[in-house]
Amino acid sequence: MERVQRMTYPAGAVLGGRTLRPSAFFAGVRAGVPIGLGYFAVSFSLGIAARSAGLTAFQALLASALELASAGEYAAFTLIAAGASLWEMALMTLITNARYLLMSCALSQRLSPDTPLSHRLLTGWFITDELFAVSSAQPGRLDPRYLWGAAAVAAPCWSVGTALGVLAGNLLPLRAVSALSVALYGMFLAVIVPAGRKSRVLAALVLVCFAASWAAAVLPLLSALSAGSRTILLTLVIAGGAALLFPVKEEADHA
Amino acid sequence: MRSVYPYLLVMAAVTYAIRVLPLTLLRKPIQSRFLRSFLFYVPYVTLAVMTFPATLTVTQSPISGAAALAVGAVVAWMGGGLFPVAASCCAVVYVLELLL
Repeated sequence: MERVQRMTYPAGAVLGGRTLRPSAFFAGVRAGVPIGLGYFAVSFSLGIAARSAGLTAFQALLASALELASAGEYAAFTLIAAGASLWEMALMTLITNARYLLMSCALSQRLSPDTPLSHRLLTGWFITDELFAVSSAQPGRLDPRYLWGAAAVAAPCWSVGTALGVLAGNLLPLRAVSALSVALYGMFLAVIVPAGRKSRVLAALVLVCFAASWAAAVLPLLSALSAGSRTILLTLVIAGGAALLFPVKEEADHA
Repeated sequence: MRSVYPYLLVMAAVTYAIRVLPLTLLRKPIQSRFLRSFLFYVPYVTLAVMTFPATLTVTQSPISGAAALAVGAVVAWMGGGLFPVAASCCAVVYVLELLL
């Protein structure tokens, strides 16, 4: 996963290539700039989804400041719109963000063992696909200040972009809203397609997911479920099946 | 519809727990190969399931949604990053819906 993500942000542009001591935070800030730009565009689209779900700009800002996860927030907004229960919300959040568990495990191996608890607590807040990717690309022990520096740029872009999406979504013409709505799916494609290019299993998996998701949206019994429940069900079944049929080799997610 | 804030609280609490617990508690990698594999596949499956067929319904016309999906996939395949892929999807929809 990390190898795939690294393609997204050319290593030469963002990485010093050696152990960074006092300037780790600022090296992180530099890595955070292109991430922040991407976040801004995508979170704007997320804000439009938040607006459709009936959230105010402040609520969307709060949601993005508290969660910092595109797929998780998008799923959350669909559940809010559907008036789902809080248990459904907890389960959906767990499913859509389960990958952060794996990233957190990977990063825990990269931190110095004597990293204080407070530093670990702060670092955990900012584990996203992109911030995890640039942090994993750092050689040797990870200085948490590097990740904080990148997050200091990227996280505000994410929150402000979401709030602006709610506000401007009201002002923009329907055609522009329609165009921006697909930005989020574009970001999803930017994660799954390069992975599929690297691995035949993942490529086939993505196609199976598309077919199953389409079938679930059309078939009589499954289409009666909410979109969120269908996502949970399909994720458990398909990812579980893939894990049984194609177990991942140990080094696959190791930096 | 009930208040949004309890949802946001649950969402934030669950997400932070997922992110921070391994970082603070786990010093060793997960042993179960099945669980590791499952967690490895989860992001791709979740994202793929949420992308299709939703992309077809989010735009004003399913044709522009399908075009955005196709163009986004090609740009991503050619190594375009987050921003180029998202931007090209938006551009395709905007242009197509001007013409349609």
